[in-house]
Amino acid sequence: MRFAAPNAILGGLIIGVLGVCALFGALWTPFDPLKINFAARLQPPGPVYWLGTDEFGRDVLSRLMTAAATSVWISLLTVTAAVSAGTVIGMLTGYLRGWTDRILMAFNDALLAFPGILLALGLLAVMGANKYGIILALGLAYTPSVARVVRGTVLSLREKEYVDASRVMGNSEAYTMARHILPNCIAPLTVLATSMFGWVLLAESALSFLGLGVPPPAPTWGNMLASSRSFITQAVWLGIFPGLCISLTLLGINLLGDALRDKLDPRMRGV
Amino acid sequence: MARTELLQVEGLSLVVARTELEVVKNVSFSVAPGEIVGIVGESGSGKTLAARSIMALEPPATRRAGGSIRFEGKDLAQLPPRELRRLRGSRIGMVFQEPMTSLNPSMLIGRQLDEGLALHRDLDAKERRALILDMLRRVGIKDPEGALEAYPHQFSGGMRQRIMLASVMLLQPALLVADEPTTALDAVVQRDVLELMVELTRARGTAVLMISHDLSMVARYTDRIIVMCKGEIVEQGTTQDLLRQPRHPYTQKLLAAMPRRLPKRDLSTSVQPIVEVRDLVVEYRGRQGFFRKESGKRALHGVSLAIKPREVVALVGGSGSGKTTLGRAIAGLLDPAGGEIRFGGRSVRRGSEDWGNYRLNCQMVFQDPYSSLDPRMTIADLVREALRLVPEMGHREKVERVSEILHDVGLGDAFAGRYPHELSGGQRQRVAIARALVRRPAFVIADEPVSALDVTVRAQVLDLFADLQQRHGFSCLFISHDLGVVEQIADRVIVMQDGRIVEEGDRDTIFDQPQDPYTIKLLSAIPALEAAANGGVRLRWRFDDMPQGDVATA
Repeated sequence: MRFAAPNAILGGLIIGVLGVCALFGALWTPFDPLKINFAARLQPPGPVYWLGTDEFGRDVLSRLMTAAATSVWISLLTVTAAVSAGTVIGMLTGYLRGWTDRILMAFNDALLAFPGILLALGLLAVMGANKYGIILALGLAYTPSVARVVRGTVLSLREKEYVDASRVMGNSEAYTMARHILPNCIAPLTVLATSMFGWVLLAESALSFLGLGVPPPAPTWGNMLASSRSFITQAVWLGIFPGLCISLTLLGINLLGDALRDKLDPRMRGV
Repeated sequence: MARTELLQVEGLSLVVARTELEVVKNVSFSVAPGEIVGIVGESGSGKTLAARSIMALEPPATRRAGGSIRFEGKDLAQLPPRELRRLRGSRIGMVFQEPMTSLNPSMLIGRQLDEGLALHRDLDAKERRALILDMLRRVGIKDPEGALEAYPHQFSGGMRQRIMLASVMLLQPALLVADEPTTALDAVVQRDVLELMVELTRARGTAVLMISHDLSMVARYTDRIIVMCKGEIVEQGTTQDLLRQPRHPYTQKLLAAMPRRLPKRDLSTSVQPIVEVRDLVVEYRGRQGFFRKESGKRALHGVSLAIKPREVVALVGGSGSGKTTLGRAIAGLLDPAGGEIRFGGRSVRRGSEDWGNYRLNCQMVFQDPYSSLDPRMTIADLVREALRLVPEMGHREKVERVSEILHDVGLGDAFAGRYPHELSGGQRQRVAIARALVRRPAFVIADEPVSALDVTVRAQVLDLFADLQQRHGFSCLFISHDLGVVEQIADRVIVMQDGRIVEEGDRDTIFDQPQDPYTIKLLSAIPALEAAANGGVRLRWRFDDMPQGDVATA
């Protein structure tokens, strides 16, 4: 890109660091994130424990890194699930119109009217809280918005003359969808998926905070934030670092999403 | 200069602020009181920018690099903003191109017309209302009282442009700047609106600066013409001189690009038509929701036509005449509600036995070269896709055929790897033509293939199309609202109105002895061209009741 926006650089940097931490956290951490050490309870940040320790003497940095891996993994799977399901629904309803559209979209809109987190809460309450429950619940909660975006894009694309041209060539509907409509949906989808990654991360943290996320003792940013509440007067770092992680990650994703949108907008592609 | 000028633009230069690219270069012209002056140029010529800077409406990305604009003796650049605002609207009026967006959709017509009057004139509400009603009557609004209480969307494009004109003329400006005032309108409506504009401004002594890409339209109504090209004025002079003795090569090129009738072609007298349409009926279904069902609309009321091999049949009509619907139905993009399409003597229908063969032999060229090519495919892929379903061709053969057709349309292999957005409108339309022809179809439907193109590009693409048609010998249904283009390319003409064929005949008969009043109306909107020596032309207006048989002299 000719004008590499500072947004893109900053966003990319933040997400890059998160990615490295997540990858690292899955393989190696300075301390065992689950190891309880009462001798080192509520240590402030220092040379040994860089970000301090919690009420059980567990290293906060190690826990944050492990949590990053969990969160990124959950968010990635959720976004993939929501985008795949939403794209299929959106393509079908947008291209076929008629009763398929009306029925699927009525159902879709009903889901959309439900706050995503509430829906996920309900589903988790029924299915029980674990990693795959969260992915399923959040995936289901975020599918409708993907379906909406894809359907809207398809509706405008199918009026393009190149879609007519494809039909005049004798191409089947399925081929036309796959060759001419789907690739042209990718730009808005990429932007949506990026920002959705942020929402899902936030939702996952919120669920953990409410005790409906990945069950303890496995760390997540949300449950670390939740357990820090009781110690906020004695050990403020317990709340600050997970909170900072969540905020910075969201900031990075939003910056990156903005930059992506600018880049993928065909009007910005230029000659 | 002996005459006192109303508007005097001198040495005007505009640059795009960021790149310092000069988009208007040292432009000087003047407009005398009551004079009608046309600025003609293609897209990118800077004609709109030059005109807009008179109103200080140039886009924020541009900066005035030099020159002066004097209006009634005052330098507009020196005027304080307050004074400038007083001039705008009250002394200089402007009519924009797009009647759909130049009126505020959420404001009543009455309120909108009142706005300018209330601002610039010292009149009470009753007097203003009387003036507005009078003006609406003059621009031909049938129910002026009702119009005051209506919103813009309740009017057609032509009516909106009349209302726009009324709102500008209400203030009796000394100068009216009209930026492509009728480009978005139908040929027939276009003529009505322009005639009205000329009549109104003549009556009030208002000078008009008319900006357009359409040389023949401008020539009809103006006293003087300014020709712009790439930001510069290449030639200016009285309309008559400019047409008869164009001096600059670009003016000559513009004049040469005007469509003209070619000698009648000798077609083999085969009686068997290749494509036949019988009593075709198309209905658009109304919206169907969960709780309501709106009634549909019949777009074609039993249309029949026949196209012989090698023949170019033009389908003309205004917007809403059903010509595009007919084309799409024949192309199989719409399912007809009744009637029959026959190809090579056999009935074809989507799903029928002969459909596959018809599909391979009937191709289409679309109107908008910006939307008819998939932006994510290269030119070669786009053209090759048309061969995808040809069973007996191997990959190598296909690649060769694509290269061959790209040469045929004047693009060559250099373009094969490029993407559509890297191409100009004319080049894109060449790709679209290549895609339609690469299969060597027997029948091509061309839906307004040149109407989105600039004048000189249009002439080139039209020539190319005619040449390819000669060489490949396909039959063609050429859909167009532009009778000039049709006169040049068609063997036979079919005129449609409101979903019915009103007249049909060979080209010379339709153009010289039209019978139907609608055909006559369509024809009166375009000039007949007579070539003069040294690249000049003479325009003759058919069925003109105004004493303007030749181009008027001021």
